[in-house]
Amino acid sequence: MLLDKFAPMAQIRAELAAAGIRPFGAVTERLTSATEAVVEGRSVILAGTNNYLGLSFDPRCIAAAQAAATRWGTGTTGSRMANGTFAEHLALEAELAELYGLPHAMVFTTGFSATQGLCATLAGPGDVILLDADSHASIYSGAQLSGAEVLRFRHNDPADLEKRLRRLGARAADTLIVVEGIYSMLGDTAPLAEIAAVKREYGGFLMVDEAHSLGVLGDQGRGAAAAAGVAAAVDFFVGTFSKSLGAIGGFCASPHAALEAVRFSTRAYIFTASASPSVVASTRAALAIMRAEPELQRRLWANAARLHAGLRDLGLSVGPQPGPVVAVLMDDRDAALAAWQRLLDAGVYVNLVVPPASPTGASLLRCSLSAAHSDAQIGRIISAFADCVAGVAGVA
Amino acid sequence: MPDYQTAVAYILALLEPRNRSGRPLTEATDLVADIGLSSLQVMELIERLEDHFDLSIPLNILPDITTVGDLAAKLREL
Repeated sequence: MLLDKFAPMAQIRAELAAAGIRPFGAVTERLTSATEAVVEGRSVILAGTNNYLGLSFDPRCIAAAQAAATRWGTGTTGSRMANGTFAEHLALEAELAELYGLPHAMVFTTGFSATQGLCATLAGPGDVILLDADSHASIYSGAQLSGAEVLRFRHNDPADLEKRLRRLGARAADTLIVVEGIYSMLGDTAPLAEIAAVKREYGGFLMVDEAHSLGVLGDQGRGAAAAAGVAAAVDFFVGTFSKSLGAIGGFCASPHAALEAVRFSTRAYIFTASASPSVVASTRAALAIMRAEPELQRRLWANAARLHAGLRDLGLSVGPQPGPVVAVLMDDRDAALAAWQRLLDAGVYVNLVVPPASPTGASLLRCSLSAAHSDAQIGRIISAFADCVAGVAGVA
Repeated sequence: MPDYQTAVAYILALLEPRNRSGRPLTEATDLVADIGLSSLQVMELIERLEDHFDLSIPLNILPDITTVGDLAAKLREL
């Protein structure tokens, strides 16, 4: 039967509901700041949002969105290829191109559509996509849609990438290599200098998804490739506006003139309405703040370092390095579910990730940091983990 | 590329530690239904085969693989 395959998922949801646990889709009833909210009736610290620079409540971004809504209305009601290209979209594309010092940039309505759409379009039957094993679902999805031969290399392992490019022989030069700047599950940074060196040796086209590294790494928040000094090796920068920039949307910037043809060949760009002008306007305001206020990035990293060290010192198994994402690994899924609920009850809202969405088979209590978290909030998050997670069975 | 019997033998050797059924593993053994491999474990198996035979296995072939024999036949074609 068509719907039978959903029965296991329905069963899991029923079990969670019976236990009074709702980790996937808990309702945020009210936001009181970039870092505090009322979730499921509880006042909580938001420790699972990707609001890395804390800009979602910045008055300059809100004012820009309000002004744009007044000027342009609430939505474009059309595709970029039809009536949906407004001056706001072109201005944002110009600003992104300028950020990277590149001649071409395009804006998507979501980050997912940017990575999925570009992977699906850049490569086609007969081509090869070579992706990091821990790539985001949008990358896997786009690769699958492309019709290309899809290979993966071990996560953050340039030697494994090199091995696979070597095996491809002459085809390596036309391979689309896809990596992320910072990986979303464990918050670890890609070894981009080494990856760029492999690309220089074998050829290929390098796409770097800066979704979690834009605003987080590099001068003016340009991202992981810039921080590693290898921006010139990148053929396609992609990313999202829904994390450091506090809005929603996606982009690509590239040195290749062909991007303008790719734009008109990408279904995820053509057959969807363009981003609302208010969203584009707040993104532009956030982009300017990101570039002008490096102290936001410094505060984010100070918070990340403190939380990573604090959780590690509790004896918890955390990701390999501090980052905007700090994940606690747990061997036992049910223990992770219970811990997630205890954290929520204690006023700390984190993200729960269970297999197969997690990269290692472990369940994750995944924290995301913000420049807007105060020292006191970081202390309360660590205390909550001490009370709710440390020492319980099932911690990896 | 490995011949079929070589590939079958190596795959069976890799899978044997996971065999809790008490039944002998054969080329007809179903990777998921008989052994209970998760998607993550399937990928670990693929990586070990790639390293051993020095080849890259496209993800595209995975939907066509159910049994040990299916996987061995695909390896022969690469």
